[in-house]
Amino acid sequence: MAARSITYEFAKGLIKNNPVFVQVLGMCPVLAVTTSVVNGVGMGMATSFVLVSAALIGSLIKPLVPSEVRIPVYAVVIATFVTIADLVLRAFFPPLSEALGPYVPLIVVNCVIMGRIEAFATRNGPGPAVSDALGMGAGFTAALMVLGGMREVLGSGAFFGIELFGEGFTPLLVMILPAGAFLTLGVLMAIFNALKEGSHTVLIRAESKAEA
Amino acid sequence: MSLVVLIISAAIVNNFVLTYFVGICPFIGVSKKIDAALSMGIAVTFVMTITAIVTWIINRFILIQLGLPFLEYVSYIVVIASLVQFVEMFIKKTSPALYKTLGIFLPLITTNCAILFVALLHTMRGYGFIESVVFGIGAGVGFTLAIVIMAGIREQLETADIPKPFQGAAITLIVAGILALAFMGFSGLVAA
Repeated sequence: MAARSITYEFAKGLIKNNPVFVQVLGMCPVLAVTTSVVNGVGMGMATSFVLVSAALIGSLIKPLVPSEVRIPVYAVVIATFVTIADLVLRAFFPPLSEALGPYVPLIVVNCVIMGRIEAFATRNGPGPAVSDALGMGAGFTAALMVLGGMREVLGSGAFFGIELFGEGFTPLLVMILPAGAFLTLGVLMAIFNALKEGSHTVLIRAESKAEA
Repeated sequence: MSLVVLIISAAIVNNFVLTYFVGICPFIGVSKKIDAALSMGIAVTFVMTITAIVTWIINRFILIQLGLPFLEYVSYIVVIASLVQFVEMFIKKTSPALYKTLGIFLPLITTNCAILFVALLHTMRGYGFIESVVFGIGAGVGFTLAIVIMAGIREQLETADIPKPFQGAAITLIVAGILALAFMGFSGLVAA
């Protein structure tokens, strides 16, 4: 496999290998916190921070870690950054921290993070590792934003907390309930699949351009 | 809160998978066949109960005692990872038959967020020892219930004519959504 450019490593996380829609990883925060756009973006940012930091450290300490104990070591690295993220959220964004609740510590077991460290960061240098992590983080945040946006608009008739419709709008309450999360993500995933099928040729062309 | 109410609440009303969205990865990944789903459910219940016991002791007697609550996540994840490893070795040694059924699922459980969630919730809600254990069991039973129902539905779906974009994860999520709607019928049975 030829070495690929840094931009390629970044771009592939957005669509081709989108962690949520394509790899179907890290589902629990995706479903749990996307009752509004703000929560979705907050969760996406926190996860991206942990992902990028852990990928950087993971790729740097790789030569020092015996492969038998690598999973626990990476778990501790991830848990440390999650603790930092949690304390920062609690100190500077109390309402967001309140809304995300126990799902912030659950970033520790988000399989996107362990997956990227295992599959990419430890096999590449720090540069590509960070670029890959940034791309995956951006793809993850974008997915949460789309899902949060759809659920907030349909479920509470607002976007970023701003009322969109007049008095006549009856919010679809089910959208902000758990069932709505599953249904919305299922439908979004099907749309993503259909679009991907349709634009397959376009994507391939764009990719070969990015690789060049 | 009485223990019976606690167990019903954890297992059905506030089902881990369908209300809190934890343990979705195995819920989607290992729900193709009823047998495998049941084994996974039992393995999770088992590890969850032990995790609840061990993390409760660690939190109460080490972290709180020494004033180190900020080490909660780091210590819990280490405990869970080593616990799963230990359980795996223990079962392998004592019961090869059980190991054959649960073996492949055990490593997967480390990254099952439902396990960590049990530990976090009993700490957050300040449950006592017995309550934490019962909570762990209830949550495990709820997980088993959800994954077995899901596997049953998916076995039927095999023969259904699903539009191409919906095949795979998409239809599974929609089925889970309908299941969550059904479970909403239980809300009000017990106050959260």
